[in-house]
Amino acid sequence: MPLLENGQIKDDNWQIAIEGESLPSGDVLVPLARLAEGLGRNGDGRLGVLLNAGDQVEDLRVALPRLSCVQVTFPIFRDGRGFTQARALREHLHFKGEIRAGGHILPDQYEFLLRCGVNSVVVPEGVDASVWQKAHEAFTVAYQPAVLNEQPEGFAFRRKLL
Amino acid sequence: MSHAPHSPLPVGHYAYDEVDRTFLKQRVAQFRDQVERRISGALTEEEFKPLRLMNGLYLQLHAYMLRVAIPYGILNSGQMRTLAQIAQRYDRDYGHFTTRQNIQFNWIRLEDTPDILALLADADMHAIQTSGNCIRNVTADQFAGAAADEVLDPRVHAEILRQWSTLHPEFTFLPRKFKIAISGSPQDRVAARFHDIGLMARNGENGRPVFEVYVGGGLGRTPIVGVKLRDDLPEEDLIAYLEAILRVYNEFGRRDNIYKARIKILVQALGVDEFRDRVNSEFVAMDRARYRLDEGIVAAIRARFGVPDFDPAGQAAEKLAQQRKADRAFDFWVRTNTHAHKQPGYVSVTISCKPAGGIPGDVTSSQMNLLADLADQLSFGELRITHLQNVVLGHVRQDKLYGLWQTLEQNGLGTANVGFITDIVACPGLDYCALANARSIPIAQKLSERFASPDLQREIGPLRLNISGCINACGHHHAGHIGILGVDKRGEEAFQITLGGAADQDTVSIGQIIGAAMSEDETVDAIARIIDTYLARRTAGEQFIETCRRLGTAPFKDAAYATA
Repeated sequence: MPLLENGQIKDDNWQIAIEGESLPSGDVLVPLARLAEGLGRNGDGRLGVLLNAGDQVEDLRVALPRLSCVQVTFPIFRDGRGFTQARALREHLHFKGEIRAGGHILPDQYEFLLRCGVNSVVVPEGVDASVWQKAHEAFTVAYQPAVLNEQPEGFAFRRKLL
Repeated sequence: MSHAPHSPLPVGHYAYDEVDRTFLKQRVAQFRDQVERRISGALTEEEFKPLRLMNGLYLQLHAYMLRVAIPYGILNSGQMRTLAQIAQRYDRDYGHFTTRQNIQFNWIRLEDTPDILALLADADMHAIQTSGNCIRNVTADQFAGAAADEVLDPRVHAEILRQWSTLHPEFTFLPRKFKIAISGSPQDRVAARFHDIGLMARNGENGRPVFEVYVGGGLGRTPIVGVKLRDDLPEEDLIAYLEAILRVYNEFGRRDNIYKARIKILVQALGVDEFRDRVNSEFVAMDRARYRLDEGIVAAIRARFGVPDFDPAGQAAEKLAQQRKADRAFDFWVRTNTHAHKQPGYVSVTISCKPAGGIPGDVTSSQMNLLADLADQLSFGELRITHLQNVVLGHVRQDKLYGLWQTLEQNGLGTANVGFITDIVACPGLDYCALANARSIPIAQKLSERFASPDLQREIGPLRLNISGCINACGHHHAGHIGILGVDKRGEEAFQITLGGAADQDTVSIGQIIGAAMSEDETVDAIARIIDTYLARRTAGEQFIETCRRLGTAPFKDAAYATA
């Protein structure tokens, strides 16, 4: 499925590990259970981890310097655990690589994802990027600090968006 | 002399600036777009539901209901007039004050809601996070900034929490709703231990506040008294520590069963020590500087709160004493409906929204406009909604009370029953609510009629009576000295009685069901017999709840089920 990043739709060159099959060459996302296998892979591709909603981010601590990408998953848009996982990756584990969000996500949640440290969203084929961009531009102020370290807006915890 | 506000800042609550107003306009535009996407089909009802809920819009039995936020229960006269306008133009000319110090409109059309939100935004109001699985309206002591027993006005911190929780990127899709209350008085008037987080503020040694932090309390299907997590949380760590609690909850709270999803279930499942350990691990690991609540931030928010410009006490107390001596009915009203103020010559007044036979918490648009006028004339333009569904004028000069009472009397708002058996808290029940098993309003009205006699109510003395139309307990029946719970008994509406609940800080307890459900009329009769038993068996000066604790529920149960 395509990827939305910085308001643009682009092709996703990452492959997702298929259960019961050996890992392909190239960039691949593996589930947490196959992390060791991914780390032991010989080849030129980059490695990423596909986190499920119940996974502990802390389990990535040791491997994180060797990961290029972590994908957090929303089994349904109401399940907000991915927000905490993304924020913890940035704040606790100081992850500098790509964090993408996949699963069932609404454009209305886009800004929250970005402010929790997510870079890109896996979106359905044929999606209208302008709806997501509009959601991103809906607000020019936020009321709390976030991992993006936005500039203060006036006083208190207000932050300038955009 | 008029007390119309001459300060540019509203008394008792935060004054919006252009940044805040721009934000609200953007929020209205966002919701207008969401409504259009719903109508066009771009959003499914399932997808639209949490978005509308986070703007306070419920779909009830007969219509949409809009719940408007009244942060920490404070609003100014202009905002009250806006609510009156909404009641008149978009509802059936009334509104309903809720136990979270908010107001609900019960007969709203979906297509009108963007315009209503725009009208609210023009008055610096909104409906953000009055529903949904997010941090809800932060409640505070209805006598904040006025009470003689207060050590600290909690509203500045309530506003800081309101702002911090507004569209929080991480905590807007929690396992379940999340309610925070804050008090600045050792007399807990916010039911701190019946909240997801309850905060009790006091002055610390360095001149900055510290907070007792309670977590995991709540009513609903599983009533639990909150446990103390911290005794002396420093002010500068308030936001960081709450972030830590919410992070642990968001990560580990159950999502497989909505009835097991509140933080209280997580705290019980882990045990308080394990829960505290997880919060502390998060707290020590996090970037505390990012979330530090500096003195400068508190000062900046405080600077946007107007403060009352009190007049000297003069002869106000003496004049009031004379008027009370001369008019017995007035004297009774002063006894029940006023609360001691820290400023000499002033009192806080609770205006009862519970007239005999009335619907608890319902107020008409003309009453709202009258309340707004009275606030301008007598209380620096400030009004407060209480979690017991009444309205408070926080700062009234004692020599203005008599005139105020006469005006209230003429407008159906002069009932002298605050804290008495007819000061009933009730949820909307099956008259409106899609979840209810039984109607709360008719039984509240019958009980209100039954005990309407002022002499009888004074004879009975302080008594909290709470009614919920189902086990979700929006009427807080477990916290009532007498609680009534509506149930479905083979397709008929029926009611169980609970006894012994209390929400006061030192004696907090959960009411216990005394027996099988009865019909509406049988329940009203049973409660009358319970009261007779109390009157017959109390010792001198003993309040109902005290007799209940001393005797246990057995004699009351016998009385309740005794057939005539």
